[in-house]
Order: sequence, then structure tokens, then C-alpha cells
Amino acid sequence: MTVINANTTFLGYRRSNGRVGIRNHVVILPVDDISNAAVEAVSNNIKGTIALPHPYGRLQFGEDLELHFRTLIGIGCNPNVAAVIVIGIEEGWTKKIVDSIADTGKPVAGFSIELHGDHDTIMRASKKAKEFVHYATSLKREECPISDLWVSTKCGESDTTSGCGANPTVGNAFDKLHATGNTLLFGETSELTGGEHIVAARCADDKVRERFMFMFNRYQDMINRWKTSDLSESQPTKGNIAGGLTTIEEKALGNIQKIGKKCTVVGVLDKAEAPTGKGLWFMDSSSAAAEMVTLCAASGYAVHFFPTGQGNVIGNPILPVIKICANPRTVRTMSEHIDVDTSGLLQREINLDQAGDQLLECMLATANGRWTAAEALGHREFVLTRLFESA
Amino acid sequence: MIHAVLHDSKDTVAVAVVEGITAGMDLNCWNMEEDRLITVKATQDIPIGHKVALSDMSVGDTVFKYSVDIGKVVAPILAGDHAHVHNIKTKRW
Repeated sequence: MTVINANTTFLGYRRSNGRVGIRNHVVILPVDDISNAAVEAVSNNIKGTIALPHPYGRLQFGEDLELHFRTLIGIGCNPNVAAVIVIGIEEGWTKKIVDSIADTGKPVAGFSIELHGDHDTIMRASKKAKEFVHYATSLKREECPISDLWVSTKCGESDTTSGCGANPTVGNAFDKLHATGNTLLFGETSELTGGEHIVAARCADDKVRERFMFMFNRYQDMINRWKTSDLSESQPTKGNIAGGLTTIEEKALGNIQKIGKKCTVVGVLDKAEAPTGKGLWFMDSSSAAAEMVTLCAASGYAVHFFPTGQGNVIGNPILPVIKICANPRTVRTMSEHIDVDTSGLLQREINLDQAGDQLLECMLATANGRWTAAEALGHREFVLTRLFESA
Repeated sequence: MIHAVLHDSKDTVAVAVVEGITAGMDLNCWNMEEDRLITVKATQDIPIGHKVALSDMSVGDTVFKYSVDIGKVVAPILAGDHAHVHNIKTKRW
């Protein structure tokens, strides 16, 4: 019996725009670095809210500024978020973010600090946040078809067991979720180096393939522009190398196991862009864990598969991160971080199909409300991707 | 017990999947694609997750894993040797 089929359902929060979330956060979102203090004060005042402080948002311009807006708006629009308070130093950019989140139909309110100061802003925003908490906690989970669950993936602190065990487990689960009509995502552009031909061959048509190669080459050009070495210690990382990975090509070939054997790539997204249909999407993105997972959250994904070898401990404030590990030493020494132990795969104690089902069982439990290890441990890494210096 | 795994018969390296592999041990290497075992004698200690060479390789040779090119040999390698950053480098970047 398979864990999921077309009739499988889960209990989620259906939002006004039709998207389904598996968490019900009231987010207090700063537009910029200097609004962090107010945001954290509001979050301290009103229980059941979550502040997302970050270090950016001033004097950015061009594509970098567009990405900043796209990321913050995407986080607000994410279906795991019930309602949003936006706080910025001035009115214009605050309103821009509020208006875009409001398009989803969810409650959102903006506050700007200039002409008011922190005290008055915190007081007014706290009153509104309390209303939003009452709203969010009155919502009920309802039965939703499996296909309404958007699932993203990215691996981290990979070692060779990732490519042999944890990543193929995600690939097996992705093949099954592809068959049930789910919306899926992978990325990590630089980490496809040496395996880009394999991803290109999996693209649905020439147009998608051309767009994928454009994104791949754009990232390679950026690396070639700035690199001072062969990137050893960065890509692969020191942790990767300690775990036995030798070259970027080896790491990439392990990484690509996450997209399974059957899924085709239906489309290519720029960073923090939302997909427009079902199937497997590629998003141009950094391979740094917190940056990539934050971009997945901004693209609207509701649950994340994160295979690790050496034991990356990452989480995200709004996107539950499920850790999968096939390295028996990591499972032994870092068990509190691992949600799905697939180390039995490498001793032939279980097969890939069983490992994929274990992950899908964990995914359904998580979708129905069970917390992941990263959620229980309080990992809330929220990291915005920057493209270049501020003006 | 499986000591190491390889993806495909074209692979010239296998991955240690247990702790405590020391020089002189005969290693059971599982070819996952074909589901059969081959053996190689470790010439050096191989930490878990690290690779053991399955054949002799000369400087400039291509190393295969997943049956795909993962880099070039930069120092001579004998079957059973620890294969890592000291004897294999990327061809990219």
C-alpha cells in the first residue's frame, strides 16, 4: 500500500486566495533593519505572533530592491501565514508591501515609524496584532486534497551519504508527489555544476531548457567574476569535505538525486518568484541553506524536505523544515535534529521505496500539525538574499 | 555487512558507509544499481563518508561516480586508497 495517492487528504488552513497552509502564523514583518526593534517589541507584547527581524531594506535599488520586495511580500503571502503586521521607517515602501499582501485577501496592516516614534507605533501595531491573533486562533483546519500541498527541497551540510541515501529518498517522494499533482520546487544553481546536463535533459521542452541554462550560466558568470580559487571550502564547504565530498561535480550529482527519476521540470523561476502551476519547478537560488529555504518560503511553499549528511541544523520561521539523514554517525550524534532516519538504506535494511514512504508519512504528520525537529528546537533562520551593495 | 556503496559499475570510487574502516580490511562494496557486491582491500583508513578507490588511477585520469565525471586525478591512486581532495580535484571553476 502506498502512503499517498490521489485521494489522500491532510488538514490544512485554506486561505481566501485558495492556497493551503499547514501553519497559522501571525507575522510581524519589518520593511527595513531599523524597524526591527519595533517589530520585536510588538511580538513581545502579543503572544502567538512571530517577529522576522532582518538586516536589510535601506538604500537598495534596481534588481536587488525588487528581490527585497518580492521576498518580503512573498513571505506575507505564504499560506502558512494567517495575518501580517508590516512595520517600516517610512510610509511608501511599507504601503507597497501591505498592498501586495492584501491581494491575497488575508488581514494585513502597515505602520510607519516617522512622525510617530517607536512608542506610538508599537502601541498601535500591538493593538492590531492582538486582533489578528484572535482572528488566526479562530480559524479551523479543514480537509484538503494532497495536491494542495506545495513542497520544496534543498539539502545542506551534505556528505556522500546524502547522494546515496537521503537525497534519493527525497527523489522517491518527489516522484510520488509528482504523480499526485503536487507543486514542487528545487534550486541551488551553483550546486548543479557538473550535473547541469542532467537537469537540462529533464526539462519539459526547449523553452524551459533554454531558461534553465540561462539561469545556470548567469550564476556561473557571477562565480567566475568573483572567485579567487576553485571555491574549495565554500563549494564544496569545509563540512562537505570533512564528510568526504571531494569536488563540486560530486556534490552536484548527489544533489540532483533529489528530483527523482520521473519528474520533469515544468518551469524556471527567478529568486522568490511564485510558480504558476503544478509540477516540478526550478528556482535560481543560492545553495546556502537559510537563504535558499527563505526563498522557498517567499515562493509560497508550505513544507520543505531538507536532507543532510553531516547535520545542518537549519529551520525557518514560517516554513516547516523536515530533516532526512542517511549517515548513521549523524543520526547517532545529532538525533534531536533528524526527523527521518534513512540510514538503513545503506545497509539494505530498507529499500528506496520504503524510505520515500517514511518521508511522506512524516510530511503528512507535519502537514496535519505535528512540529518538525527544527520547529521544536526553535530554529527560525530568516535570511534575505542580496544581489549587490546598497547605494 | 556492507562497508561501502557505489552507484554504478562504471564508478571508480565507492563511499564508506560504516565507521572504523582501517588499512588491510577487505571491504564489501555494494553496487546499488545492479544490486551485487564486489570487494576491495583498504590500503589506508577510510573515515565514514569518504571514498575508497576501486581501481588504480593515474594523474589526469577522470574519476567516475554516479557513472558521471566528478573530477580529475592529481596524484597517483591505487585500488583501496583513500580518494579525496589530496588526489582528486574539480575540472570546473
